[in-house]
Amino acid sequence: MRFLPHTQEDIQEMLGVVGVDSLDALFTTIPQECCCRLGLNLPEPLTEWELDSHMDDLAGRNASSANYKMYMGAGSYDHYIPTGLGYLRSRSEFLTAYTPYQPEISQGTLQAIYEYQTLASRLMGTEVATASHYDGATALAEALLMSIRVTRKKKVAVSQAIHPLQRRVVETYLKPTGYAIETIPYQADGRTDLKALENMSDYAGVAIQSPNFFGCIEDLEAAGDLAHRQKALFIASFTEAIALGLLKSPGSQGADIVCGEGESFGLSRSYGGPGLGMLGSSKKYMRNLPGRLIGRTKDLDGRDGFVLTLATREQHIRRERATSNICTNNSLCALTAAMYLAFLGGSGLRELAELNHSKAEYLKGSLQESGLALPFASPTFNEFVVRMPAGFDATYKRLLDQKIIAGLNLAPYYPELADCYLMCVTETAAKEDLDTLVKEVTS
Amino acid sequence: MKEIHELSLPDDVRYAEDHEWVRADGETARIGISDYAQDQLGDIVFVELPPEGTTLAKGEEFGTVESVKAVSELYMPVGGEVTAVNAGLEDTPESVNSDPYNDGWMIEIKPSDPAEVEALMDKAAYLEMLKGSA
Repeated sequence: MRFLPHTQEDIQEMLGVVGVDSLDALFTTIPQECCCRLGLNLPEPLTEWELDSHMDDLAGRNASSANYKMYMGAGSYDHYIPTGLGYLRSRSEFLTAYTPYQPEISQGTLQAIYEYQTLASRLMGTEVATASHYDGATALAEALLMSIRVTRKKKVAVSQAIHPLQRRVVETYLKPTGYAIETIPYQADGRTDLKALENMSDYAGVAIQSPNFFGCIEDLEAAGDLAHRQKALFIASFTEAIALGLLKSPGSQGADIVCGEGESFGLSRSYGGPGLGMLGSSKKYMRNLPGRLIGRTKDLDGRDGFVLTLATREQHIRRERATSNICTNNSLCALTAAMYLAFLGGSGLRELAELNHSKAEYLKGSLQESGLALPFASPTFNEFVVRMPAGFDATYKRLLDQKIIAGLNLAPYYPELADCYLMCVTETAAKEDLDTLVKEVTS
Repeated sequence: MKEIHELSLPDDVRYAEDHEWVRADGETARIGISDYAQDQLGDIVFVELPPEGTTLAKGEEFGTVESVKAVSELYMPVGGEVTAVNAGLEDTPESVNSDPYNDGWMIEIKPSDPAEVEALMDKAAYLEMLKGSA
């Protein structure tokens, strides 16, 4: 599509047609107080090299994993992205492809999504996976809405150990529509207090994250049993997809719906995104899945082909009655995840997950040996909570100056966890760096 | 698509404006969609029905019917409590196409007000309506 600005003549001609003599006269319906009369206060133009250096300065204010030792995960994890991945995903047929509104003509796009769906459903342990959503937070909100559609109940229960920012997105989705959100508290060992579930009834869905926000691995099977006993759907979410390489899949532990953030599968952490919302369910509920699904079929000549399937419930057909009206799938991100998983292979993903776990365990053990307390006793994957000495803020700032990010202060999210920091160790951490960190935080 | 004179419109059911039919049988009544409705929808692949015991008023949605083209809402032609649903449609939704008035029935209800059934259209009135909209 070409963009050609209007000439003065074009503008005069159009004004003549609608019968006004100036642009100001055309815009008189805009209240005066909303109009900016001062003009745009822009600085002088820059040369390309000046602009380049200005942008470098701005970018330099960010702490990126290229220049920092990053021990903060909390929903976005510092994983190495294989160089080959960048080359593959930036091929123009992948990078510029747009939503297939006339889908079957784009067999390559559909096949790519189908491959992603296959990998996603195997990892999550679900019979069906969608073509992807914006991010883990919206996938969680969609999963809860899905449970409301399936059960026709109006309340959901969400663990307090689900990522606090994801819970805020859930509120944004559910509150204005009048659905109630109940919080299931966490208990002393850092896991969700399942006893609280025993007294809860009439819930559409129960959502639990594992590993949870504190890094603790939840007992999904027990949670699922309790949810099912209350006739609610059990939703298992995750923020660290690499954990799926090591832990039992949520679907195999009884989750009806599995959702999570797939950024760890080869996506960059560019200012937190873009994310990859992964979502799957058992076949029983597939008609209530939001967004789109790609299916494999045979054409008239018996050859394999790919189609957009069950699209009858999507917004361009069902409008306001669609299963969701935020159906944009993150195809490029889904494709990147599929490529990343193909780079690693099944055993590679497992080894990578083991590496994350063992390095995190090393830091955890070292911090404990040097006298720091771990408030939660539950097993963890690559994140854990540690109670730092009082007055740690100053140390934290000093380390930041040395380009070390010593975890995430939990107090703003959980005021009762004062001096507690959420630490994350991924495959990128070196032993010497971990030893330095222990020395610095305990000195 | 069928011509209007080709439609099967039995005498023993009453018809609603949204193309559902009702067949009263003593205390209960069965509900489905008319031959005209199934023909307009095309090949039906899925029927979503309410749980037994649900009470719905006239005009409320009781389920959806999905064809290869679209998903459409099903509306209660009369109010009542759902006493049974046609579980057979789970495996053979196509019977709504092939036999809309018998094997293709959808729900059985206990009407809350029998007069609502009487107020629905008979075959002649329904045929008139179809001619008007055709």
